[in-house]
Amino acid sequence: MENKSVVVQMPSSPNNEGRSLIQNNKKWTSIFNRNSEWRGKIWIYGSAIFVILSVIAITLFLTVQGLRSFVVDHINVIDFITGTEWYPDRAENPSYGALPFIFGSLMVTILAAMLAAPFAIGSALFMTELAPKWGQKVLQPVIEILVGIPSVVYGFIGLSVIVPFMRDHVGGSGFSLLSGALVVGVMILPTITSISADAVRAVSNDLRSASYALGATKWQTIYRVVLPAAKSTLITAIVLGMARAFGEALAVQMVIGNARNLPNAISDPSATLTTIITLSMGHSTAGSVLNDVLWSLGLILLIISYGFILLIRFISRRGQVS
Amino acid sequence: MTSKITNRIALSVIVLCALVMTATLAALLGYILYHGLSAISLSFLTKDSSSFQAGGGIKNQLWNSFYILFATMLFTVPLGLCGGIYLSEYAKPNKLTHFIRSCVEVLASLPSIVVGMFGLLIFVNYFGWQYSILSGALALTVFNLPVIVRVTEDALQSVPRELREGGLALGVTQWHTIKTIVVPAAFPGILTGIILSAGRVFGESAALLFTAGLSTPNLDFSNWNPMSMTSPLNPFRSAETLSVHIWQVNTAGITPDIQTIANGSSAVLVLCVLGFNLFARIVGKFIDRKLTGKA
Repeated sequence: MENKSVVVQMPSSPNNEGRSLIQNNKKWTSIFNRNSEWRGKIWIYGSAIFVILSVIAITLFLTVQGLRSFVVDHINVIDFITGTEWYPDRAENPSYGALPFIFGSLMVTILAAMLAAPFAIGSALFMTELAPKWGQKVLQPVIEILVGIPSVVYGFIGLSVIVPFMRDHVGGSGFSLLSGALVVGVMILPTITSISADAVRAVSNDLRSASYALGATKWQTIYRVVLPAAKSTLITAIVLGMARAFGEALAVQMVIGNARNLPNAISDPSATLTTIITLSMGHSTAGSVLNDVLWSLGLILLIISYGFILLIRFISRRGQVS
Repeated sequence: MTSKITNRIALSVIVLCALVMTATLAALLGYILYHGLSAISLSFLTKDSSSFQAGGGIKNQLWNSFYILFATMLFTVPLGLCGGIYLSEYAKPNKLTHFIRSCVEVLASLPSIVVGMFGLLIFVNYFGWQYSILSGALALTVFNLPVIVRVTEDALQSVPRELREGGLALGVTQWHTIKTIVVPAAFPGILTGIILSAGRVFGESAALLFTAGLSTPNLDFSNWNPMSMTSPLNPFRSAETLSVHIWQVNTAGITPDIQTIANGSSAVLVLCVLGFNLFARIVGKFIDRKLTGKA
C-alpha cells in the first residue's frame, strides 16, 4: 500500500534527483502511514458511534411514537395498562385495555422458564459434572443445532404437533397459553443450558475436592456446593432465557390462539404483546388510534426488555460482590 | 444408606434431563426431515409460489432469503468487525467504553420484533423505502451487529499479547499492527462466528415482517437490471423470505396444500441453517489446520 502511494506521488514530485527522491518517498510514506492510522481510527470510532446511535435511535423513536396514544389521542395511561377490554375496532366507545396482553406475555415467559429451567440445568450438570466427554461430543452439538433452528420452525412444529396433542388430551381448541409456553420453553432450553454449563464449569475444582474429602456423595456435592457457588450465574441464565421468551413473536403467535380476553386457565387461548403487534400492525393505517396504541404496546415491550437487562446486570453485580 | 440412594436417584434425574434434551432435538429434526424431504423436489425449489392453487414452489422466497442475507452481511461485517476491534484494541477502561458495551448488550437482548418496528418507523416510513430488501437488510443489520461485535472482540482477545508487542516493537503503527497481525491471527474465530450468525439471520422472521414485507412482486429472472421492478436484484422491491413464508402460509395461507408447502419450506430452511453450521465448523477446522501447520 505504501508503494502505491509512492508510485502515485512520484510524477508530481518536482525534483527528480536521486537523493531527494528518496527523501520524498520517506515523506510520503510517513504521511500515508499517519493517514492510514487516522483512517483506521475513523472506521473504528465510526462503528462504535453507530452502535450507540442505533440504541439511542431505537429507544427515542419508539418512545416518541409510543407516547402518541397518550398525548395525541388522550388515552389514560392507567386505563390502558389495567384495562381488560381490547375492542379497538368497535364503532362506538372503542376500548383499549392492554392488560390481557401484558398478562399473556408474562405468563408465557414465566411458564416457559419453569418448564425449561429444570431440564436445562439438569443437562448442564450432566455436561459438566457427570459426563464431560459425552457433554462435549453429543450435548454441545445438540445445543448448537437447537439454538440455530429458526423460531418459525418451532412455531410450525408446535402448530402441527403440540396443538393437536393438546386438543386431544387437554381439551379445548389446543391453541392455548400452555402450547405457547411449551413451544417457547423448548426454544429457550438451549440458551439456558449453555450459559448454565459455563456457570457450573467456572466453579473451582478445589470446592469439589473439599466436599468429596468430607465424604459427600456426588449429588451432595452438586446440591450443597456446586449449585450454590454457581447460583447467581444460573439465575442470570434463566433471566436471559426469559428475556428471549418474552420477545418471541411469530412462534408464539402460531400456537397461542390470539384471544383478546384474559385467559381463565392455562389451557385457554390467549395473546401476548408481541402477537397482537404482529397481527394488527399490518392492518392498521399510520396515524390511526389503533396504530398509535400498537406502538404503545411496543413501548411497553421495550420498557420490559430494558427491565430484563437491568435485572441481569443487578444479579450479576450482586454475584460478583459476594 | 439414604444418601447413597438419593445420590443414585438425583444422578439418574440429571441423566434423564440430558436424554430429554437430546430426544427433543432428534424428534424435531426427525419430524422436519421426515415430513419435509418428501415435499422437496426440483420443481418445488424452482417454481413460483401460488396464492390459490396447489403446487406452488418457493423459488422467489429462497432467492429473497439469500439476497437479504447477503445485503445484511455487506452492512454488518465491516461495522461489526470495526466495533469489535474498537472494544478489544482501542477502548480504554472508561465511562464511554462502559456505555458502548451496555449498548451492545441492549442491542443483543432487544426482541427482534422491536427491531422490526424500529425499521418500520425509520427505514420504511421515514426514509420512504417502503417494504423493501434494503429496509429489511438494515433492520437485520441492527439485529445482527451485536453478535458480530462480540464474536470479533472474543476472537481478538484470544490473540496472544506477544504478537501485538512484536508488531509495535518493529515500529509499525497500532492500526497497521491490528490490520496485518492481530486480525489475521483472529481470522478463523471471526469467520466461524460470522457464518454462524448468517444462519441466525437466514432464519429470522419477526424483524422482517414490517420491513421486507409479506409479498414479492413477479420476478423475471432474465432481467438483471437492478433498477427494474421485476428484477430479482432490485433492492427497493418488497421481498418475502423463506421463514416469513412459512409463517404466512401457516397463518393466512388458503392453498389446499398448506401442509406440504410448510413442511417443505421448513425442511429447506432447517437444512440451510444446518448447512451454515456445518460449513462454519469445516471452515474453522480447515483454517486452523492451515495456520497451525498440522496435516
